[in-house]
Amino acid sequence: MCLGIPGQITELVDLDLLVAKVDIGGVKRDVIITCVVDDEHPAEECVGAWVLVHAGFAMSRLDEDEAARTLAYLAAIGDMDAELEAIRNIADALERSA
Amino acid sequence: MKYIDEFRDPATAKKLVEEINRLTSGMFPSTSLRERSSPLAERSRSQPLQVMEFCGGHTHTLFKYGIEGMLPADIEMVHGPGCPVCVLPMSRVDDCVTIAEQPGVIFTTFGDAMRVPGTRKSLLQAKADGCDVRMVYSPMDALTIARKNPERDVVFFALGFETTMPSTALTLLQAHREGLQNFSLFCNHITTPATMRAILTDPDLKLDGFLAPGHVSMVIGVHPYDFVTRDYHKPLVITGFEPLDILHALWMLMKQLAEGRCEVENQYARIVPEAGNVAGLKAIAEVYETREHSEFRGLGNIGDAGVQIRSAYAAYDAEKRFNLQAAASSHDPEHLKCAEVLRGVIKPWDCPAFGKDCNPQHPLGALMVSPEGSCAAYYAYGKLAKRKETA
Repeated sequence: MCLGIPGQITELVDLDLLVAKVDIGGVKRDVIITCVVDDEHPAEECVGAWVLVHAGFAMSRLDEDEAARTLAYLAAIGDMDAELEAIRNIADALERSA
Repeated sequence: MKYIDEFRDPATAKKLVEEINRLTSGMFPSTSLRERSSPLAERSRSQPLQVMEFCGGHTHTLFKYGIEGMLPADIEMVHGPGCPVCVLPMSRVDDCVTIAEQPGVIFTTFGDAMRVPGTRKSLLQAKADGCDVRMVYSPMDALTIARKNPERDVVFFALGFETTMPSTALTLLQAHREGLQNFSLFCNHITTPATMRAILTDPDLKLDGFLAPGHVSMVIGVHPYDFVTRDYHKPLVITGFEPLDILHALWMLMKQLAEGRCEVENQYARIVPEAGNVAGLKAIAEVYETREHSEFRGLGNIGDAGVQIRSAYAAYDAEKRFNLQAAASSHDPEHLKCAEVLRGVIKPWDCPAFGKDCNPQHPLGALMVSPEGSCAAYYAYGKLAKRKETA
């Protein structure tokens, strides 16, 4: 019921009703963009934006920087903790030998 | 697909599972180490950490990708009530059927609701019996049907948590702007924080933390969950719907527990802004107001959890238009244990009807209808019998 799917706005269809065409995995559909338009993000400039589509409405802008940050974090997660553990182990070993 | 495939990478999933394992084994250390400072040291291994994924979408991801099978035995997932179809009482389905049976009505609904059993029949059966019941993808599709059929009365079944509320509210406002006379909403929306509070006050449940719904949160934002950490001291992580999202969020939650923190964290920042969706919240506030009592299947009456259409928009309120009397509360058939499953007290396989007279072809309970319901998920992904207890 609450599932949504990312898509990219490809063209404006109706500026009054705030309808835009969104490409969702190759399928194009008219969606309402009221929830992703504000003073900072005027409708005229929304082509190219990635949005999350739910029940025919673009419900949120997909923050590409945040997506990249999460992925980079995930890529580093194990390495960082493994490193910390290695440091801890060395510290423990030093303590024991002291 | 962009922004989907990256969050399904098996190698990263494996690494996350290892890290989750490392954290939980640190929390449940061998007896000799138990005196060390772990905040959960007093817990024994026989009591796994209970994490509730509130949202049915998350339940679906857990099963689809076999995530529960990857997790250490120290974590038990409790499937929450965040499946609007599953908590819809039979009496509301009966109301839908009553509306659909009125002459001239076109009853429109999301597909999920079609097969939910009422005490008399489901919407699908009503359609088979000659009612004009139509499945739509968007409430705006219902509005299009209303424009094309000015002589018919078009009703949209507005169902769901906050994710869906902006779309139905904006649709109603559009109907109002156009002065459409033949469109109304049958409002059954419910809200997440009030439902969560009801779960937190249930003495049968002993949860250690929550995974909070990503798409509800993109509408309401991060702060409506503050009470969960402040008043109930349960850590909570808002998360997305891909397997790496869920694993990442579980890792964040385990890290909080291991470090003795209790915070609202947002794993799904690519979609969930801290303040939620301003335009969506404005539309919700304009159209809806809190309903005094809302009946939930399995959870009973939850005060403040439901909403109704404000009197300013009464012309678009199907309850008023069709003069529906508050239906008497309805009970599931005796032998069904939907309520206990819904509250996470028992597993689906503990219900005598599960997989027997209640199955996806002939669902008796709503949890077997929606793919987000835990019974349907257990059935579809082969968890038909109790898994072997791991020592």
